Amino acid sequence: MPGSLSSALGPDPSTLAAGRSPDRFWRWAARLLAISVLIPLGVIIGSWLAVDAATWSHLGSTILPQLLRNTAWLIGGVALGTLLLGVPLAWLTSMCEFPGRRVLDWALMLPFALPAYVLAFVFVGVMDFSGPVQGLLRDLLGLPPAWSFEVRNTLGVIVVMTLVLYPYVYMLARVSFLGQGRSAYEAARSLGLGPWAAFYRVSLPMARPGIIAGLSLALMEALADFGAVAVFNYDTFTTAIYKSWFGFFDLQSAAQLASILLTIVLIALVVERRYRARARFTDDGRNGQRRIRLRGRQAWAASAFGWLVFALAFAAPAYQLGVWAWASLDDLDMRYLDLLVHTASLGVMAGVLTVVAAFVLAFANRYHGDRSTAFAVRIGTLGYALPGSVLAVGVMLSLTWIDNRVADAIEALFGVDIGLVLSGTVIALLMAYFARFLAVAYGPVDSSLERISPSIRDAARSLGAGQWETVRRVYLPMLRPGLLTAGLLVLVDVMKEMPATLLLRPFGWDTLAVRIYELTSEGEWERAALPAVALLVVGLLPVILLVRRSAR
Amino acid sequence: MRYLIAAVLTVTLMVPVTASADEVVVYSARKEHLIKPLFDRFSNETGVEVRYITDKAGPLLQRLKAEGKRTPADVLMTVDAGNLWHAADSGVLAAVDSAVLAANVPANLRDPQGRWFGLSERARTIVYSTERVKPAELTSYEDLASPAWKGRLCLRTSKKVYNQSLVATMIARHGEQKTEEIVRGWVANLAAAPFSNDTKTMEAVAAGQCDVAIVNTYYFGRLQKKDPDIKLALFWPNQDGNGVHINVSGAGVTKHAKNPDAARKLLEWLSSEAAQGDFAGLNMEYPVNPKVARDPLVASWGDFKADALNVNEAGRLQADAIRLMDRAGYR
Repeated sequence: MPGSLSSALGPDPSTLAAGRSPDRFWRWAARLLAISVLIPLGVIIGSWLAVDAATWSHLGSTILPQLLRNTAWLIGGVALGTLLLGVPLAWLTSMCEFPGRRVLDWALMLPFALPAYVLAFVFVGVMDFSGPVQGLLRDLLGLPPAWSFEVRNTLGVIVVMTLVLYPYVYMLARVSFLGQGRSAYEAARSLGLGPWAAFYRVSLPMARPGIIAGLSLALMEALADFGAVAVFNYDTFTTAIYKSWFGFFDLQSAAQLASILLTIVLIALVVERRYRARARFTDDGRNGQRRIRLRGRQAWAASAFGWLVFALAFAAPAYQLGVWAWASLDDLDMRYLDLLVHTASLGVMAGVLTVVAAFVLAFANRYHGDRSTAFAVRIGTLGYALPGSVLAVGVMLSLTWIDNRVADAIEALFGVDIGLVLSGTVIALLMAYFARFLAVAYGPVDSSLERISPSIRDAARSLGAGQWETVRRVYLPMLRPGLLTAGLLVLVDVMKEMPATLLLRPFGWDTLAVRIYELTSEGEWERAALPAVALLVVGLLPVILLVRRSAR
Repeated sequence: MRYLIAAVLTVTLMVPVTASADEVVVYSARKEHLIKPLFDRFSNETGVEVRYITDKAGPLLQRLKAEGKRTPADVLMTVDAGNLWHAADSGVLAAVDSAVLAANVPANLRDPQGRWFGLSERARTIVYSTERVKPAELTSYEDLASPAWKGRLCLRTSKKVYNQSLVATMIARHGEQKTEEIVRGWVANLAAAPFSNDTKTMEAVAAGQCDVAIVNTYYFGRLQKKDPDIKLALFWPNQDGNGVHINVSGAGVTKHAKNPDAARKLLEWLSSEAAQGDFAGLNMEYPVNPKVARDPLVASWGDFKADALNVNEAGRLQADAIRLMDRAGYR
């Protein structure tokens, strides 16, 4: 579709800088954005200029085969898990009516505020041999003292990751279901399809862009995760990356491994785009108001399913965190105010920046795109697949390089050493967030853009609206749920982000995630509950706010 | 709107990091709650401000390297001899000639070339269940590989640098082949998959999942403080041989320090009698300065013969140790 639609808006000289067509404006904007992601990625890919055979042959002959198996299990399991939770729950809360639906509607998004590494340490702390659950079982059932079941295994990791990551699928699927309204579903029903058939054959395919966008985010995060798998001591591909770097101090091999990860994700995304490009979905913009009223056992089952997921993914871990936090309340001091302010302001800045960029990319690609724009989009949305600290080191290396060259030049010209200007500032950190989370914002923005029928734009144009006016008065209002979702996702993701924040934060800019790191890395999980609860609280506000606004 | 935001960001956030004369900048892999009280005291006593940033050793080292001669950092502070060795090896640390440091820090706990100095000593030793193990059953790290401990041993992951250093010193003593046999023996004796931290490892011993484990003493101290009746005790292994494996947390002055004198002063102060009690005590570690008394709880664990091997060796052989543990299937 790129190209074919681009002429529809047409050149509109009155609204643009003289001598530039809108196509070129949008394309160059997209390229520029992609470049800012490409630079740190380039540092990673550039690692292939030399290969340290020793690290590779060692990894290949010892741990790599097992890591690949583990990673495959993890990805498969998380894909299945997040789909099985996210899609049905989104359908139930957006299209049906059952007891508790109003609360579950937003409550089911709350687990998103919980970082994976936090749920992981709560889960292992509570469920492992020495935790309260197994201890209680042994006592109550009179089991032998050595009786146990293993939770630090593949299944345990998949469960934790699924509970943390299903909200991506849930949120984006929900936006899609809400956006499509009930008209298509009702048409299908009136043509004789049963409720399940109508769901599978009409509603589900129409929501596919959103579901896939959510799923790819969940899977990329699972692939790039290090914090949660480290709690389980479950070795995935990122383990090899970190081992190369922190163990062998061989950043080069680490970057090479990371770029393999990147390639795999790129291929998956290309395949998905190809597949998706064959289908186009738009809705009539009319949102049905009546919901499908579930009755009797159905209603009860829907309610139980929703509450169970909520309890496991949020209520239980939040309760446990609360208990631990209460015990270490002495740690609470005025510095938490600083931590809160830093956490929230970084999240907001990165959120705004990234959503604007995602809109530019998605709009450029959809209406003014050519091959290079499509390529720019792919590059721009790759950062999420990289482990956070690898991307962060890419940003750090490129910025310090630029800084040093600039300072060299100025020193040569004026004899004054200005020092490192960019790399010690919030800008460095924002660049890393931007590069990492552009994909997160792009998904919801693009999938809501996809559902806006070209006829609406044509109508606006035929009524004499210029290009910017069409964007401002037609697209932005219609995209608002998508833009808000994107902003929320990035805001919360940035607040939870740990490795890039650690590496790139300016002096004094400690966040709650930094505090959690300092305690968990010392094995003080229970004391880490206090900053984790604080993070949860600041994370919850935007989640609840947004859901309420987007829920009608 | 976009331009407005961009403009505001550019103006307000581009506050360059500048070094003032009475300020030391520290990159620290030692956690904030363990260093901040010391830095505050140092500032009060000397008027020199300390600014710091904490992260893992790997990223901090990378940052130092990338920043090159314009780094704002005056001091790199990290835990584990392996990390210190790598920092020195990659050339980001300057040799410091200080009579004070030489007097306060024993020779085996600092870099022979003076590029880093241990500031606290940590012992990695054996912890056992007082309910299921008699101390007489225990002798050495190596013995934990014997079949007597089948299904009774718990270990932290080999990804933790403390275990890498322990195995590295074993390589230095026994050579690769024998060390690999020992590590394979450990793996064969494991009662549960390796844990992600020492605390969880000890909790597994206390809960009865296994009987012995290898941990750093200060983690034991924390558990003991929380629960004085915990059914665990420390055992000092290898007392007839080379002694207990020790490691350090330490620091060095960076090669491109803007305030090398203030940085050296900070290190000297941290190694002094005035600071050592707190520096080690806050985390229940052992002071490196022999004139300084141990924390009472730490002292209650008794004296032991410590391995006199220079901790530098652990750094030198760290990569070999990781490869060996990977081969032995120690996750």
